Amino acid sequence: MNVLTSFCNNPANWFFIKLAISLIYMVGMITFVSVFALFAIWLERKISAWAQDRLGPMETGGFHGWLQTVADMLKLLLKEDIIPDAVDRPLFKLAPYIVFASSFAAFATLPFAANLIGTDLNIGIYYIVAISSLVVIAIIMAGWASNNKWSLFGAMRSASQMISYEVPVALALLIPILMAGSLSMQDLVSVQAGGFWNWTIFGGGGFKLPFTVVALPFTVLAFLIYFWASLAEVNRCPFDLPEGESEIIGFHVEYSAMRFGMFFFAEFANMFLVSGVAVALFLGGWYAPLPFLEVSAETSPVLHNIIGAFWFISKSVILVAVQMWLRWTLPRFRVDQLMHVCWKVFLPFSLANILIVSLLVVLFNQ
Amino acid sequence: MSETQDLNIPLGPPQEKMSQALASVEDVHGERMRVQMGPQHPATHGVLRVEIETDGELIIKGTPHIGYLHRCFEKVAENITWPQIVPFTDRLDYCSSMNNNLGFVLACEKLFGIEVSERIQTIRVLVTELNRVANHCVAIAAYSLDIGAWTPFLLLIQEREHILDLFEEICGGRLLLNYIWIGGLSHDVPDGWLPKVHEFVEYMKPKIPELNQLLSYNKIFIERLANVAVIPADVCYQYGVTGPNIRGAGVKWDLRKNEPYSGYETYDFDIPIGTGEMGQVGDAWDRYIVRVREVEQSLRIIEQAATRLEGMPGDDVKAAIPKTFAKVPKGEIYFRTEQPKGELGFYLISNGKAKPYRVKCRAPSFSNLCVMPKVAPGLLIADMVALIGSIDIVLGDVDR
Repeated sequence: MNVLTSFCNNPANWFFIKLAISLIYMVGMITFVSVFALFAIWLERKISAWAQDRLGPMETGGFHGWLQTVADMLKLLLKEDIIPDAVDRPLFKLAPYIVFASSFAAFATLPFAANLIGTDLNIGIYYIVAISSLVVIAIIMAGWASNNKWSLFGAMRSASQMISYEVPVALALLIPILMAGSLSMQDLVSVQAGGFWNWTIFGGGGFKLPFTVVALPFTVLAFLIYFWASLAEVNRCPFDLPEGESEIIGFHVEYSAMRFGMFFFAEFANMFLVSGVAVALFLGGWYAPLPFLEVSAETSPVLHNIIGAFWFISKSVILVAVQMWLRWTLPRFRVDQLMHVCWKVFLPFSLANILIVSLLVVLFNQ
Repeated sequence: MSETQDLNIPLGPPQEKMSQALASVEDVHGERMRVQMGPQHPATHGVLRVEIETDGELIIKGTPHIGYLHRCFEKVAENITWPQIVPFTDRLDYCSSMNNNLGFVLACEKLFGIEVSERIQTIRVLVTELNRVANHCVAIAAYSLDIGAWTPFLLLIQEREHILDLFEEICGGRLLLNYIWIGGLSHDVPDGWLPKVHEFVEYMKPKIPELNQLLSYNKIFIERLANVAVIPADVCYQYGVTGPNIRGAGVKWDLRKNEPYSGYETYDFDIPIGTGEMGQVGDAWDRYIVRVREVEQSLRIIEQAATRLEGMPGDDVKAAIPKTFAKVPKGEIYFRTEQPKGELGFYLISNGKAKPYRVKCRAPSFSNLCVMPKVAPGLLIADMVALIGSIDIVLGDVDR
């Protein structure tokens, strides 16, 4: 014990300690994302079954087929990995990893709890928006390298869609940033402390009670724009054109086995990511809806973090479930309609929104 | 990856008008790309291959290539006896077997001069209308899937299941029925079957408003279909487009009303037509909604037929079936019936022998599909899916 204490107290060793903690956090995150993806796929099946008057998986693992996705992932792992002859092999092989890596890298600044965050960068939200854009490059790589016209269609649709929708996403995210006056994720969360009436979506986030009522319509609008645009960012219905099964099959048409599984995994990781960002910026992050439902850091720092993570993950899963519910209810947009919604509806609304909220910030912010 | 082509290639006559519309995008022309949609493509409703020439997502030319499901129906029919052909007609349009049976059987009966009792006619009307509902369920279900809505698909397939159960009870088959025979039926309706039909009608009626709420009047669904792939009435006449497609173009043409058979003139029902409610007359939404409304009308006919049957004394459904087909009257005949997808015509030539001399089938899906090259130019790839779905083809019927 003494050896460890002296090792830790030596400033020369702090680099290694930080490295070790980062590695542990990273492994923990990968585990979390994988488990979440498995859970989300199971949840998606159950929600689709619920929407469609079916049961969904019921056999594997006993209770409501909870092992079904694990079995499916094992199947994908054991399947033959088919790489067509005409593909650009290095790019074809690399693409699924970049997709997964870029969506996973964004988890580094996602605040699960007060201390449960990879790193609280002072530009955390900017980092998330930036790094998750890398997915576009990987999707174009996948589509182009597949040497298939349909996957090229999918990749081009995906690229145009994601680049376009990044604009309303970023503009909608500017609202909470304006109100909190910071880009750091933890700052953005901590301004929403003290009950749901202080959440940014309800006009809180830096504003105090009488003024939140004035800000409420604009913050709700910002949240809705963010939520809808983020559906397009993660290629979910009704914006799932890049993977439109019945039209162009998708950019991953030539992929099989676990390489396809990686795209699939990344999609669900991304769903959690956009929901997590929405929760952190609009829905009070890891704060409970009512103050007495959380444990303060003074009472027990460990419990404070665990309860915080519980609220963060619960809220995110609810948003993910809403995404799934939408998917199983709505038809799909067409390419031109998709762009119409982005440039002619979301963009003017979010620009006007920014103008008004900036004014409010100047007027009301204490 | 894409085939480089001369950008100034002359477009075919049907595309000429469209090329002017495309001129607005002429300045951003890249290379044209030729892609094959199918034969293994989920939206082509079977093994159809559509050769598409695209400019980005815009379709310059769409040519259907058929024949992947060709089974030589017409040639096979020349080598088997008259009653043996009936099960083959099941396999033409496998979504509406009853209606195919009826079309062929009625043609034969008229050729041979066979009269069937009123009760048999009523049962025939009942089962064919049930099958019309089942067919439209599949059509709408597959269409919703094409447009990207998953849930209506499963809900509608579930409703269809009830009809298949009714068929199973009446003749043992669920998809391929061979129920309507030349001169009669294969089985009488079993006891307790008609109350079940009434039960089904009562069950199905509230499902249609539910479908309208979920799909038909969904904003995205309307956006996808309104003003898309318009087939005007004159194009329908030129290409022989029939069924819900021509009714969607605003033409009141239904053989059940215009040339009634099997006592259809005695039933009370309307012919829904497209009115351009959401866009233009004859757009994809009109064709879609005509099917939904036809289901309502079919339910009305089913109700009337089932009520009539309950009041009729039972008789032998096989009484009028000829003992032998070794010698049949000579002659030729063309007889057409209203199949769920359109006009199903059979041209039969009999030389008095047990086997027909010639059987020509005028399949509705084939003629309806022919309109594609005319309509396709100027659509987006996603609209192509909406077009194929809205004309409701079954490849078994196209290829025969």
